[in-house]
Amino acid sequence: MSKLDRRRFLKCSLATAGGVMFPQILPGGPLLNLSQNASASPTQAGLSHVEAKYYKKLEHKEIECELCPRECMVGDRERGYCGCRENQNGTYYTLVHSYPCSAHVDPIEKKPFFHFLPGTKAFSIATAGCNINCKFCQNWEISQVRPEQVKTYYLPPEDVVSYAQESGSRSIAYTYSEPIVFYEYMLDCAIAGRKRGVKSVVITAGYINHDPWLELIREVDAIKVDFKAFTEKYYQDICQGKLKPVMDALVDLAQSNIWYEIVYLVVPTLNDDFNDIRRMCKWMVQELGKDVPLHFTRFHPMYLLKNLPPTPVSTLEGAREIALEEGMSFVYVGNVPGHKGEHTYCPDCKQVLIERVGYRIIQMNLKGNKCKFCGRAIPGVWS
Amino acid sequence: MSKSRIVVIKSPRVISSSGKVDNELLSRMVKRGLCQLASESEHQDALNHFFSPKDFVGLKVNCLAGRMASTHPELALVVASLLKTIDIKNRNIVIWDRSSYELKEVGFSLNVDGGDFLCFGTDAQGVGYSPKLIDHMSIGSLLSRVMEQFTNVQLNLPVLKDHNLSGVTCSLKNFFGAIHNPNKYHDNGCDPYIADLNTVPQIRKQQRLIICDALRVQYNGGPSYHPQWAENFGGIIVGDDPVAVDFAGYQIIDKIRRKKGLPTLKNTGRKPEHIFTAADSRHKLGKASSEEIDLVEMVI
Repeated sequence: MSKLDRRRFLKCSLATAGGVMFPQILPGGPLLNLSQNASASPTQAGLSHVEAKYYKKLEHKEIECELCPRECMVGDRERGYCGCRENQNGTYYTLVHSYPCSAHVDPIEKKPFFHFLPGTKAFSIATAGCNINCKFCQNWEISQVRPEQVKTYYLPPEDVVSYAQESGSRSIAYTYSEPIVFYEYMLDCAIAGRKRGVKSVVITAGYINHDPWLELIREVDAIKVDFKAFTEKYYQDICQGKLKPVMDALVDLAQSNIWYEIVYLVVPTLNDDFNDIRRMCKWMVQELGKDVPLHFTRFHPMYLLKNLPPTPVSTLEGAREIALEEGMSFVYVGNVPGHKGEHTYCPDCKQVLIERVGYRIIQMNLKGNKCKFCGRAIPGVWS
Repeated sequence: MSKSRIVVIKSPRVISSSGKVDNELLSRMVKRGLCQLASESEHQDALNHFFSPKDFVGLKVNCLAGRMASTHPELALVVASLLKTIDIKNRNIVIWDRSSYELKEVGFSLNVDGGDFLCFGTDAQGVGYSPKLIDHMSIGSLLSRVMEQFTNVQLNLPVLKDHNLSGVTCSLKNFFGAIHNPNKYHDNGCDPYIADLNTVPQIRKQQRLIICDALRVQYNGGPSYHPQWAENFGGIIVGDDPVAVDFAGYQIIDKIRRKKGLPTLKNTGRKPEHIFTAADSRHKLGKASSEEIDLVEMVI
């Protein structure tokens, strides 16, 4: 026990709304100085009181959340698994509407989207909370905490759109943590953005129920799904989730007109079995089609998986090779800057269509939405 | 193998129908319970089994469900007063929970100035959670700095309640209020998470004594307060084995449920498996069977 800390504490007066309990750890990239705007001053324990969508009221002030497959039964004064939705006297509220804890301007390639407005910027926001708990989470300091445990900013949807426009961003990205848990905020931002010509892109694990998913698909412009693995065991043991709902969500995407891409983080010894990856690729070709971009990205030790090494590049290359063998057209290697697997190749003539190094575009060889060498149409949203 | 002694001490007059607590009677109950537990005739001698004057003692209460279904401030103050009788200084006694707001709402007087017992939540300015991530069994959490830097031993003051997910909330589950992300551990009836959390070395080593508030027992519909299912049981449970305390609490809840014509927790599909997990060979946190518990029941 540190007596010095104790003594220093006792000199302090008690904060009525709670102190900053957690250092705000922000992902890389420029942080907008939100506090320059009066409406975006940092708050401590800033919590919203907006009624949640997708839940049903039960007897005795209990509710059942219907947003994600967890379907939490939540008693009065309790919160769901996500930590950012609370039952107050029998009504379920989101506590994070308009209170992001992170806001950055990122290249869209960072999400990664490789076939959606390449070379543009995305105004990226996140709130606290997540509806799964991946042991490798890179942003666990915001995703695995409660909203009152991070510093937040008041940033209502119209202001989000304004910031996006002022920063020259073509899109708003809902990212870093899990946007499903700030569903209402995301939806309101997307609707406000669409009215003012700003697109919305969602970076999610896809762990969501069918109805809210379909509503979201209607309101946003692109979705990137982190497909964690192709085994139930991995979803349960490593992510505290389930595989089937995510597969269903991907099929929903394939049956819609929205643009989507898939990321598969390859974690050594846990989801790098080439047989499983081949099975997954066969399923994707059959159920989703061969044109969905698939990114095999490199794992780095983090959070509760610090005992594993980074993914060998050869593993990523092997996974990419399997996906190509199974017929997938656009397969990438991620988190390995300078790797040739970062480029987009024409499936027909094999020429480099988009050359990338990290998040930078080096050259574009598209004419409209077609390969400039052979004229093959390349799926994506290019302008 | 020695049994775990648990003392259930009751008085029909300790809490009135309006919820008013008789402090003098409650103090006598706590003293008697301590003496019975430690086989001593004086409560100071009993307390000396568990604490020394140099200790910084955390009194971990449970205030999440509001005034009517939380640890009574009267109990915490009685216990804090008794700790003073073994020369533990006021400012070395911290009544604490997750948030100052919830403590205040339940009726505790917040105090960070010394003079009297300290009382504040983990969210108080300058407290917060330790930045060191606990990675232990199924647990990945940050521990309250109240446990890491402000106290070195814990006197657990849970409230006995029915729980819609875990079946029972009592002493083992009370440490959910010591970590930053309890919402992550409610799947599968909170099992094995509750047991795993209690084997975290800081918690296992620091917990010395449990005095469970069973003055008013929420025997159904918990952990929220529902007056139609709240019974003025008028009891406390005293022990140093958290599993045995919770096992005794489980029996009390089922007994009241039967009396009220409700099915047992097991028959509602809410048997508190975490209590038995905590007792298994992997966790070894205490005893969870009548044969292994020396149950002393008293009425004042």
